[in-house]
Amino acid sequence: MMQLTLGQENAQGGWLSQFDPRLRLIAALLFALAVVSLQRLPLLLTALLLALLLAWRVGLSGPLLRKRLLAMEGFMIVLLVMLPFSVPGESWLTLGPFSASFEGLQRALEIVLRANAVVILLMALIGTLEPVVLGHALGQLRLPQKLIHLFLFTVRYIGVLFDEYQTLRLAMRARAFVAGSNRHTWRSLGWLLGMLLVRSLERSRRILAAMKCRGFSGRFYLVNPNVWRHRDTLGLFAAGGIAAILLLLEQTL
Amino acid sequence: MAIRRLDFDRIPQAAVLSAAFFIASLVSVPVGPSSVHLILNGLMGLILGWAAVPAILVALLMQAVFFGYGGLLVLGVNTLNIALPALLCAGLLGPALRRSSGRASLAWGAASGALGVVLTGTLVSLSLGLSSSDYLPAAKVVLATYAPLMVAEAAVTGFTLAFLLKVAPELITLQE
Repeated sequence: MMQLTLGQENAQGGWLSQFDPRLRLIAALLFALAVVSLQRLPLLLTALLLALLLAWRVGLSGPLLRKRLLAMEGFMIVLLVMLPFSVPGESWLTLGPFSASFEGLQRALEIVLRANAVVILLMALIGTLEPVVLGHALGQLRLPQKLIHLFLFTVRYIGVLFDEYQTLRLAMRARAFVAGSNRHTWRSLGWLLGMLLVRSLERSRRILAAMKCRGFSGRFYLVNPNVWRHRDTLGLFAAGGIAAILLLLEQTL
Repeated sequence: MAIRRLDFDRIPQAAVLSAAFFIASLVSVPVGPSSVHLILNGLMGLILGWAAVPAILVALLMQAVFFGYGGLLVLGVNTLNIALPALLCAGLLGPALRRSSGRASLAWGAASGALGVVLTGTLVSLSLGLSSSDYLPAAKVVLATYAPLMVAEAAVTGFTLAFLLKVAPELITLQE
């Protein structure tokens, strides 16, 4: 099975799981919106530290976090290199005809801090949720029913199809397939994807038939134990408060 | 709007296919010295039709939440950037592909793979450039990195579609 969630087993009984998943979604959205509108470096740094603190509290391990973040940093490095040269302002470093400006450097740092803060926050608050729980929470927040259905079904079958993919890949390896940059590789991978699609279509027919057998009428009733408690209201106020303080500081400083 | 076109009856099918595309985008394809992950939006458009839009939205949501790519706030823009080319591929190249056979279907398939990537790259650069002119140079670099992706995407999509037309033509003509 493929591991989708970030949470380790021991994090399940953690402090955050006492709250309603809906609260975590709303809080994440509030924070993300607040952080995106921040412009001052000290405040952005604070937001990043807050996010890291939260990630540490919910038990996200360092190496895992770093691996996930590295995927994003590629684009961030491009920005960090390009922006100082493209934003006009006081010169800071000169390389031949190009000169880097302080303003540009500041902009680049701003963006890198902001993006990292938001991503770490999302991983800590939402990435640790079980996909099914997340689907239910989204459903309770009145997102379109069909979208939720699609989400839940997709989550369910990613694991199954990943196994299927691994089987096909194993068969290729047994025939000494090594990926290279050539026509043979591309054709083989194309056929691999084609086969994966054919098999998933067949599987989806079987699934629909099986579901009709069990009286599927086109609706999937969400049975969820999520109950909004006083604690969640308090949490929402706390999250909103922190977001508001950050925004207020941004305005007044 | 695209969601409304999806019947409840077809949800399992769309979901299984979008799970398949999610898996497929994890495959890394070597191009020259580096390797890329495919977007496959051309292929998705051709197979799923309108259902590609919610499928892409769901796939992006899962990537944003579970892998931390992208992000929640740009989800709308990203979905548009990837889904619009998918729909265009389906509309422009779909009919020709379905009529073709043999070598020609390989070429049409490759064209749809390339078109999907080129359009997405352009839209991404445009949305970067429009949000602030300071991002323009970075947007150009992003566009350049799409070139190897285009090669791989065109090759793999071409072979996939040629294969599907031979083995399971009903998958591509699902829409009618």
